[in-house]
Amino acid sequence: MPNKQKLQNLSGRAHIVGVAESNKLGKVPEKSPLVHHSEAAINALDDAGLQFADVDALFTAGWSTLDVAEYLGIHPRYTDSTSVGGSSFVIHVAHALAAIAAGYCEVALITHGQSGRSDRAPIPRNPGTPMAQYEAPYGIIGPPISYAMAARRYMHEYGEDRTRQAMAEIAVSTRKWANMNPMAYFYDKPATFDDYHNSKWVAWPFHLLDCCLVTDAGAAIVITTPERARDAKNGSVAILGAGEGHDHSGISQMPNLTKAFGRHTGPQALEMAGITHSDLDLAMIYDSFTYTVLVSLENLGFCAPGEGPDLVASQRTAPGGDFPVNTNGGGLSYTHPGMYGIFTVVEAVRQLRGQAGQRQLDNCDLAVAHGTGGLLSSTGTVVLGVQ
Amino acid sequence: MTNTTSKPQPVSQPESDRYWAGLKNEEIWLQRSTTTGEFQFYPRNFSISEPENGSEGIEWVKVSGQAELFTYAIVHAAPHMGFVGEVPYITALVRLQEGVIIPTNIVGVDPEPEALCIGMLLKPVYEHSDVSQTLLKFTPA
Repeated sequence: MPNKQKLQNLSGRAHIVGVAESNKLGKVPEKSPLVHHSEAAINALDDAGLQFADVDALFTAGWSTLDVAEYLGIHPRYTDSTSVGGSSFVIHVAHALAAIAAGYCEVALITHGQSGRSDRAPIPRNPGTPMAQYEAPYGIIGPPISYAMAARRYMHEYGEDRTRQAMAEIAVSTRKWANMNPMAYFYDKPATFDDYHNSKWVAWPFHLLDCCLVTDAGAAIVITTPERARDAKNGSVAILGAGEGHDHSGISQMPNLTKAFGRHTGPQALEMAGITHSDLDLAMIYDSFTYTVLVSLENLGFCAPGEGPDLVASQRTAPGGDFPVNTNGGGLSYTHPGMYGIFTVVEAVRQLRGQAGQRQLDNCDLAVAHGTGGLLSSTGTVVLGVQ
Repeated sequence: MTNTTSKPQPVSQPESDRYWAGLKNEEIWLQRSTTTGEFQFYPRNFSISEPENGSEGIEWVKVSGQAELFTYAIVHAAPHMGFVGEVPYITALVRLQEGVIIPTNIVGVDPEPEALCIGMLLKPVYEHSDVSQTLLKFTPA
């Protein structure tokens, strides 16, 4: 079991000093995934005021760090290709904190690049996995169907109409944030409740507007010691708490369809940071689907199981609301190249550093970034704060 | 997987050969722990409820296939070229009488939410193939 005392000692012992996206997000067929990795790395190091030569640790998912380091021309002394779906990059933040505190490295670079929309060479799947053997032959393939079955179970347990309303609230509020983010895919396109309810079915109970985008995108994060963070070009954000883990791979093996692993990682990350939910100014919650946000908020402990629909009611999570969630426009309306978790951290850092432009929150000092990977399989949670 | 137009087929593994062979004969064989009596799906080389006993800790048991609907989705956007001609179709997790949950399809019923009720009783349907494994699907009992 995690050692609470040691984790509390680890709190704040590394800082995020640089975050960035690749140069262009959305439909970018003219760039390969590795180009997104490299652009994001260049931009994040520039944001930090550091050079490639400073980097001594590399973290990535989807790709091996071997290929990414070779392409970038760097020679890391610490390497981590932990790849457990879209939450991986949030988990990398926690791993970088531990590695820096332990002395393995001083400047950690996390990169992500994925052309979910335009990739000429998508990654093949292994037909020997239990998921391929027992689920795929029945057409249980890809995230929408698996998450839809989990959402249908949630509706059975807690009420279909209020679940539907909550999903619509999340779709609409997230779009409002995207309308304030020039990098968002749907920056210029508002969406109403009618648009939500009238959008086509993808996998009932999911409408199209319950589902994230599929884009081409990249992002990167630079993390260093508290001492070196004092020289950061654009300010730094402390990594105060973290948790990670997973339950299952395929949805049919999920122990409880309405209780994902955030039930462990949320409480652990907050306790490590020494804070409670009401201390948080921003929640960046991986939104592969509207339902993912609903169930994640409950799992993290923002409310009791089944009370998520009340938590997100009446556009509380939208611009001007008292519970801001996914201020970049999320995977639903900003970008989602296949694995999105890194973007939750990028936005949290921007809000904490006061660099979120039109959508900047007032008095944003503490944020949680929560990634969900696979089929509600893995989660990674970090608490970030200005010190 | 999306670069092929045929449906993905199960690739039986040594630990699951008996499961798939059973379905060919319209029989459902599940594994049960010899000590705890707990059933498991999918087949493994040991019992996850009593892993210390290794391969000695499991036995194969033929079960009836009586089940209830645990949850479902109605797929309108095919996730794979092999299912383009199938939409809309119903994917489901069903709970067998023995307690295990298995992924499957519900057939013989309209692919509409109104036609499906969580908890509804189901019975097995065997979908045979000349070139691949038999699939275990379910229909209202």
